[in-house]
Amino acid sequence: MTDLVGLLTVFVLAMFVGFEVITKVPPTLHTPLMSGSNAISGITVIGALVLAGHVGEPWLARTLGFLAIVLAMVNVVGGFLVTHRMLRMFRRK
Amino acid sequence: MTRDLLYLLAASLFIVGLRMMGHPRTAVRGNLVGALGMLVAIGATLPGLGLPLLLVAMVVGSALGVVAATRVKMTAMPEMVGLLNGLGGAASVLVAGGEGASGGAAGVATAAGGLIGSVTFFGRYVAFGKLAEFLAVSRALKPWQGAVKYGFSGLVAAGALASAVGGNPAAGAAGLAIAGLLLLRRETFPGMNVAKAAVLLLALAAAAMAAGGSGYWTLVAVAGVLGVLLTWSIGGADMPVVIALLNSYSGLAAAATGFVIGNTVLIISGALVGASGIILSGIMCRAMNRSLVNVVLGAFGGAAAGPKADEVYRTVKATSAEEVAMLLESARRVVIVPGYGMAVAQAQHAVRDLANLVEKEFGAEVVYAIHPVAGRMPGHMNVLLAEADVPYGKLKELDEINAAMESTDVCIVVGANDVVNPLARTDPSSPIAGMPIVDADRARTCVVVKRSLGPGFAGIPNPLFAKEKTLMLFKDAREAFVEIAAAVKAR
Repeated sequence: MTDLVGLLTVFVLAMFVGFEVITKVPPTLHTPLMSGSNAISGITVIGALVLAGHVGEPWLARTLGFLAIVLAMVNVVGGFLVTHRMLRMFRRK
Repeated sequence: MTRDLLYLLAASLFIVGLRMMGHPRTAVRGNLVGALGMLVAIGATLPGLGLPLLLVAMVVGSALGVVAATRVKMTAMPEMVGLLNGLGGAASVLVAGGEGASGGAAGVATAAGGLIGSVTFFGRYVAFGKLAEFLAVSRALKPWQGAVKYGFSGLVAAGALASAVGGNPAAGAAGLAIAGLLLLRRETFPGMNVAKAAVLLLALAAAAMAAGGSGYWTLVAVAGVLGVLLTWSIGGADMPVVIALLNSYSGLAAAATGFVIGNTVLIISGALVGASGIILSGIMCRAMNRSLVNVVLGAFGGAAAGPKADEVYRTVKATSAEEVAMLLESARRVVIVPGYGMAVAQAQHAVRDLANLVEKEFGAEVVYAIHPVAGRMPGHMNVLLAEADVPYGKLKELDEINAAMESTDVCIVVGANDVVNPLARTDPSSPIAGMPIVDADRARTCVVVKRSLGPGFAGIPNPLFAKEKTLMLFKDAREAFVEIAAAVKAR
């Protein structure tokens, strides 16, 4: 139970940090911010790695893990790259 | 111990990166800092796992990501972001489900992971379909496209039936509903095949697990229906809100997965993404003067209210490229109001060319009025104009542009409709009443570039088009701007 409470604490505090960090984004950056944060949500790849990498897991779980790795990596790599492409177009005069 | 410290480092990098992404000058570096955080997190996870196969999966995924990210056109960006986001949601579903299959920490968190991830994924699927215009539009399919289409729906239906036979009628009904809903589609977007493959994989996984009798996949199926329904009723102009909202969900799905496997870096990053998505959807809602609930329930009143189109459009005046060039010649200040039509016609470069020409030849000041919900995702117009090398100092927000509208000589509306409809100010019974708009009707002259008098998303006529000071240029946006530029050069 304390474990769950600990994780919950982390979650709630991180939400607050998120709200604080991302207030007042200029509209120019809405799309890159969205696709950049989207790439970060690919962090679920960590879970996929753990799942697929544990030799003791049932085959079904590991297969799902492998699929998840592929999907999440597309999300991560594609997300950061596309954001980079977009941001490089924004320039000042 | 070291691993947890590295996770802490990764989470900190995400926070710093996101913060830097909030400012134009530091945004590029912010994105790289975020990527570095991801690298640290993955690097910390790998040691001690069965490596070779993992690396193969990672390389495959990365390669697909690189191809998708480098090939996509800027005009297809809403679809691209949606696609990536949906894949992230699907990954969360699989991880949470796989953990359940291995008898890991089940319970509320697993359920939440499956639920949110599935809503994200199926919601995205429909949103993507609408954006790429392959859903709900009938067109002849190539044989293999037909095979995928019916194959996928058939698989979902089979999985549903299997679970129904296995004593799970709810999952059966849900699966059948998804299968039916997904039958409506067509394709125009290359990335579609990736989406389809992913959907197929998810369906296979769901069918396999449903056969195993796990309640988890029931939940996934139900949430899938929810995701489809949620997005199905949402029209074009609400798309920015939904896209931001689904982005937030994908973060929350990752966080839920973090709860399942007891991993704090997932929880922190998921929460950050969740928060950013919520903030963005809030901004979008405010820009339409509507509540989130109102948008999600698709409660737009339709065309019934307000004046009839024929009545309103009796005094519409059409114009020519030459006449517009003449207007521009004597203008001191020009405002361009872009909308989704500019994206569709891929007219951003032509628009930029004309703006530069007018500044150079006639010495006028040209700025752009960016409505927050113009286009199909938050900041859509900004991205397109940035692609066309328009410096972002020229992109003005509503308050600034409206304050100077009365001293604007020519206001050119290109492919926008509802966001310049003065009914929002004047008619309290209108479905868009109270929505902040660009006051194009207050400029000295207004030129509207539009292919026809067809209504915008709100389905109501726009009195701006019939104003005495308004001239309509009935043309494709790109053609129109090229012709005006030619006429300017000829003067």
